[in-house]
Amino acid sequence: MDIFLQQIVNGLVQGSIYALVALGYTMVYGIMGLINFAHGEVVMIGTLVTITVAGSLIKAGMPVALAALAGLSVSLLLCMALGWGLERIAYRPLRNAPRLTPLITAIGMSIVLQNLAMMIWGRNYLTFPALLPKVNFELAGAHFTFIQVVIVLLSGATMAGLLGLIYRTKLGMAMRATAQNPAVASLMGVNINRVIAAAFVIGSALGALAGVMVGTYYEIAHYQMGFMLGLKAFTAAVLGGIGNLAGAMLGGVLLGIIEALGAGYIGDLTGGFLGSHYQDIFAFIVLIVVLMFKPSGLFGEKTGDRA
Amino acid sequence: MNKWLSPRSAFGITLIVVALLGLPFVAAMGGQAWVRILDFAILYVFLALGLNIVVGFAGLLDLGYIAFYAVGAYAWALLASPHFGLHLPIWVILPIGAGLACIAGVLLGSPTLKLRGDYLAIVTLGFGEIVRIFMNNLNAPVNITNGPQGITLIDPVAFGGFKFSGTTQVFGYALTGPMKYYYLLVALAILVIIINLRLQHSRIGRAWQAIREDEIAAKAVGINTRNIKLLAFAMGASFGGIAGGVFAAMQGFVSPESFSLMESIMILAMVVLGGMGHIPGVILGAVLLSILPEALRYGVGPAQMALFGKQLVDPESLRMLVFGLALVLVMRFKPAGLWPSPERKRELGEKRMEVAK
Repeated sequence: MDIFLQQIVNGLVQGSIYALVALGYTMVYGIMGLINFAHGEVVMIGTLVTITVAGSLIKAGMPVALAALAGLSVSLLLCMALGWGLERIAYRPLRNAPRLTPLITAIGMSIVLQNLAMMIWGRNYLTFPALLPKVNFELAGAHFTFIQVVIVLLSGATMAGLLGLIYRTKLGMAMRATAQNPAVASLMGVNINRVIAAAFVIGSALGALAGVMVGTYYEIAHYQMGFMLGLKAFTAAVLGGIGNLAGAMLGGVLLGIIEALGAGYIGDLTGGFLGSHYQDIFAFIVLIVVLMFKPSGLFGEKTGDRA
Repeated sequence: MNKWLSPRSAFGITLIVVALLGLPFVAAMGGQAWVRILDFAILYVFLALGLNIVVGFAGLLDLGYIAFYAVGAYAWALLASPHFGLHLPIWVILPIGAGLACIAGVLLGSPTLKLRGDYLAIVTLGFGEIVRIFMNNLNAPVNITNGPQGITLIDPVAFGGFKFSGTTQVFGYALTGPMKYYYLLVALAILVIIINLRLQHSRIGRAWQAIREDEIAAKAVGINTRNIKLLAFAMGASFGGIAGGVFAAMQGFVSPESFSLMESIMILAMVVLGGMGHIPGVILGAVLLSILPEALRYGVGPAQMALFGKQLVDPESLRMLVFGLALVLVMRFKPAGLWPSPERKRELGEKRMEVAK
């Protein structure tokens, strides 16, 4: 039972991070029908920028809390600019292009960003500065750290804020209208370009935040870290029903928990035949099984055949 | 068929044949490495045309195509290497590889038939990853794939006593291993081009096109969409399996590293960048995207030396950076691909206002 609780805690933390990244995918997809493959790289750049900024500030003698705040804000701003730039330069000219064209552009941008990051930060693993104090708690047999608590609470608060933004503000209304029908929304006076840019900027900000969390949690970062993280987050978004905000959040958390439980129990379940290095296949197997029964994800609406 | 035999076409075909026959000798002047690059370019043509059946003809977005290539490669590696002590002849292995890949294609296809565009993409992607993870880990408790180390000492392609590895003398010319593989691959590629051309305008090809354009309408006119879609998956997968087998034999070595998601994405990029569903376009895309990174490998380092007198940035990452930018720029200025089919160009000409400018 101890393992069970422990793995739920671990899964919840990992899942909150997935959820934040998944939101970036799902917002862009919901509005433009585009899989923004470069989103994982935005997360990666967010993490690496924080390392540089916060790390050097701490070295210069600044208090850790202040340095962490500075690192986070710089990385948020940079990633928002990056998201905006991506949309403006790479995707906007392709609005009327065939469906797969922006996908290849996204892949191209992902390659470009990854290699830029490699040129700037090098090939080696970088150590993430300790931004939060290391305190351990124990509750009902499960151990968890202060960092884990912060990650779960902060991502919960961010997601609540996002829901508020989408359902309570004018910009959110414009975004929902554009997602439903861009042509009609623009006839109603919605500035489509602004809405799409906003989706990219908000998504990238969430991604940067998630990147800082990943860095703090694993204490390590690398120019290729965005790829698998992006893939898992995208899987989470599809699991929940892509284009659906609540779906992405629940999909992310669900995926994190399934993975953690899978990793914890796969050895016992298969009598030691499969070890925990099969962890990564859980996400995909669950995805395939869910989509077999619910072809548009857990919370996705039934849509037409054309994407 | 008459137009094929007109003097102009005959001249064109002769020219192409001569060029294809002579190409490896030209490449060999730059070293055997260039012949190997050519080999891979043709192999990618083969793969891209296989994927073109699934993505270009039937419109099913497949991001896990490399899995079938992997199945074919591992089938060859296991049946013709010292790993299990088996050394079966090509006539046995290649059909087994193609058959296994075909089964894998149907296995992937059947649960995903209901899924539309992007959901299908992520499931195929997941499938590709599952296959790769299994290959990476199936070395314990029973050692099947030898894990991340991969399988070495794989038998080359051989017909009877004629081996495709090593140098042989043919009519006084010295033919090296990569050159022999080149001719084998060209023969295979021509075969797959003919199959593609014949399929495109066949009953099946038209059914695929109908599904691509509007699945519900296709169903309404009596097309058995389930079987036809499965057929697309199965055929594409079989080609992938054959290509994988040849790849394993040519390299003499397979490891899970060769079958990453990036490879699937590259093949898809070849299809889309060239011009989806248009056979000459796909061939162009495959040749360009497989040669460009290699050409950059030789070009980027010296160019930096010439311009700045030293290596300012790591040539390897600069090479990939240029490659990524090339993808973005081509898509920006040629959204339908470098060489789209005439019909597709027409469709795009009629501007569809999906998103207001």
